[in-house]
Amino acid sequence: MPTSGEGLILAIPLVTAALLIFISNYRLSARLNAASAFLTLLAALSLFVRKPAPGPYLLVDDLNIVFVVLNTFVGFTTAVFSASYIAHELETGRLTRAQLRFYHAMYQILLFAMSLSLLANNIGLMWVAIELATLTTVLMVGIYRTHEALEAAWKYFILGSVGIALALFGTILVYMAARPVVGEGPDGMVWTILIEHAAKLDPALLNLAFIFLLLGYGTKVGLAPLHAWLPDAHAEGPTPISAVLSGLLLNVALHAVLRFKLLLAANPGAIAPGPLLVTMGLVSLIFAGFMLYRRRDIKRLFAYSSIEHMGIIAFAFGMGGPLANFAGLLHMTMHSLTKSGIFFAVGHIAQAKDTQKIAEIRGLTVSHPLLGWGLVVGVAAIAGMPPLGVFMSEFLVVSSTFAREPLLAIPLVIGLLVAFGALLLKVHGLAFGEPTGVSHPVKASYLPMIAHFGLVLVAGLYLPPPLVAWFQHVAVLLH
Amino acid sequence: MDKFAFDVAHFLAGSLVLVSLMLLYQDRLSALLNVFAFQAMVLALSVAWQAYAQGAPHLYLTAAIALSVKAIIIPVALHRMIRRLGIHREVETAINIGPTMLAGLGLVALSMVVILRVTAAADMLAREDLAFALSVVLLGLLMMVTRRNAVSQVVGFMSLENGLILAATGAKGMPFVVEISVAFSVLIAFIVIGIFLFRIRERFDSVDLEALDDFRGESR
Repeated sequence: MPTSGEGLILAIPLVTAALLIFISNYRLSARLNAASAFLTLLAALSLFVRKPAPGPYLLVDDLNIVFVVLNTFVGFTTAVFSASYIAHELETGRLTRAQLRFYHAMYQILLFAMSLSLLANNIGLMWVAIELATLTTVLMVGIYRTHEALEAAWKYFILGSVGIALALFGTILVYMAARPVVGEGPDGMVWTILIEHAAKLDPALLNLAFIFLLLGYGTKVGLAPLHAWLPDAHAEGPTPISAVLSGLLLNVALHAVLRFKLLLAANPGAIAPGPLLVTMGLVSLIFAGFMLYRRRDIKRLFAYSSIEHMGIIAFAFGMGGPLANFAGLLHMTMHSLTKSGIFFAVGHIAQAKDTQKIAEIRGLTVSHPLLGWGLVVGVAAIAGMPPLGVFMSEFLVVSSTFAREPLLAIPLVIGLLVAFGALLLKVHGLAFGEPTGVSHPVKASYLPMIAHFGLVLVAGLYLPPPLVAWFQHVAVLLH
Repeated sequence: MDKFAFDVAHFLAGSLVLVSLMLLYQDRLSALLNVFAFQAMVLALSVAWQAYAQGAPHLYLTAAIALSVKAIIIPVALHRMIRRLGIHREVETAINIGPTMLAGLGLVALSMVVILRVTAAADMLAREDLAFALSVVLLGLLMMVTRRNAVSQVVGFMSLENGLILAATGAKGMPFVVEISVAFSVLIAFIVIGIFLFRIRERFDSVDLEALDDFRGESR
C-alpha cells in the first residue's frame, strides 16, 4: 500500500472505481464518489507539506502541484454537484441504474488518469494517461445514447485519437533526440533526465517533435483550429462531465504542452515555442469570441467560452516571462473555478427548464432566483467584470502584453471585448424578463456553485501572499 | 548493422508505405479490409525483422500482437460487421481517387524531405524508418479525412497507428512500455469503436457519418 501523497492520489480513485462497479445503490455510490474525491484532495494537499523526491515514473515539482491541487479540488466539488444532478437524471429516466454504476466508476478512472498525467515523470506514461482520460470521457459523452450524444462522442473520439496519435509521434521524436545523449532505454523518456540534458539534444529533432506535440496535445486543449470536438462534447454529455472537461481536462493537456515548451526553452538551438502558442491563442480567442454570438445552445455557449479562455491562457504562456506566466497561471485557476461553477448552474437550469436552447430560457432570476443570480454572477465573472478574479488575471495578461508588445495587445483586447459583449447579451436574455416555458422546481445542492464563485470573488479582492509567492516562483520556473 | 539486414528493413518499411498508398484507392469496403490486413502483416514482418536485427527479443511480442490482432482478428470482425450491415459493396469518397492519390504522393514526398533534412545527425536506418513511418501516419490521416464512412475512417485510424508502431520500433531501445501501450491502445480503440458502431447501427441503420451530421444540436 503506498503511503506517500502522490501514491495515494493515484491509488484512491483506482480502488474507488473498482468498488463503484459493484455498488448498485446510486445514493451510496454518489456519496462514495464524493468522499473518495475529498480524500484525494487531502492527499494532494499533503504534497505541500512533504514533497517526495522524483522517481523514474512519478514526479512532484512546484509546477504540477498547482495543477494537481486544482484538479482534485474541482474533482471533489464536481462529485458533490454530480450527486444532486444524477438523482434528477435517474428520475426522468435519462439514465438507468446500470449506466449510473458505469458513470461513477468512469468518473473515478478519469480522475486517476488526469492525476497520473500530471504526476508522470515519463513522457510515455504521460501520453498513456492522457489517452486513458480521452477514452473515459468519450464513453461518458456518449452515455445518453441519443443521436446527438453519439455523434458528439464519435467526433470527439476521432479527433481526439488523431491528436493523441500525433502526440505519440512527437513523443517518439523526443526519445530519438534524447537517445544519442542519455543512451538507450527507459532514461530517454524520463522528464527530469531530459530537462537536465536539454541543452545537448538535437535541436532540429526537438523542433519537429514540438510541432507534433503542440498539434496533438493542442487538439485536447481545444485551441483553434483544432477545437471542432469541444463544443459537441460539452453540449451532449452529462453536465458534470462538461464541468470536468472544461475545468480540468483542458488544463491537463495544457500542462503537457508546457512541459515540452520548457524542454525547448532549455535548448539554445531550438525554435522559440512562444510565438506558436501566442498565434494559436489569439486565433482561438478571436474566433471563439465571434462564435459566441451565434450560439443557440446554452452548454455550447460556455464551451466556446472555454475555447476563448484556453486561447487567453495559451497566449499568456506563449508570451512568457515572470509576469505573463503568473497571469497565465492565475487565469487558468480562475477559469477552472468559474467555468465549472457555471456548468453547475447550467446543469440545474437545463433540468429545471427541460431544454438547453437559449431562446426557450427566459427570466431565470424570477423563476429560480438562486440559479438565475448564480448564472449572472458566473457570467459576469467569466466575461471579466471587476471585482471578480477573472478580471484581475485578464487585466494582468493585457497589461503585461502592453508593456512588452503593444501591437499584440490590440487583437487581444478586441477579442476580450467581443466575447464580453456576446456573453452579456446572452445572459441578459437568459436571466431577466418574464419567465417562459416549463419550469420545474429543482432539488439542487448550491454549495459547489457558491463555493466556486465565492473563491473567485475572494481571489479578485485579495490574493493571499503565500499563493502569490508560489505562483511567482512557478512563473519564473516556466521561463 | 550489416548491409543485408539494413536492406531488408528498408524494403519492409518501404512496402508499408506502398500498401498505405494502396489503401487510398480501394473503393469497396471488403477490399479495403483485405488490404488493411495485408498492411498489418507487412508491419508484423517489419517489426519482427527489427527484433532480429536489433537483438531485441521483446519486439517479437509486438510483432505477434500486430499479426494476431490487426492482421486477423480485427479484419475478420469488421468483415462480419459490414456483411451484417449490408454495406460491403461500396465506399463513398468525399473526393475523387485521382486527387487523393496525388495528395498521398505529395504527403510521402513531404515527410521524406522533412525527416531526412531534420535528422541528418541520426543513423541511416533510424532516419529512413522515421521518414517512412511519418508517411504512413500522414496517409492514414489523409484517409480519415477523405472517407465519410465510419468503417473506412476506422481503417484509416488503424493504418495511422501502424505508422506509429513502425516509428516506435525503429527508435532503437525505446522503452517497452510504449510499444505495449500502442498495441493496447489499438485494442481499446477497437473495443470503443465496436461499441460505437453497434450503437450507431441500432440507432440509424447506417454507419455513414453524413447521416449523423443532420442531428447536430444547432443548424449552421
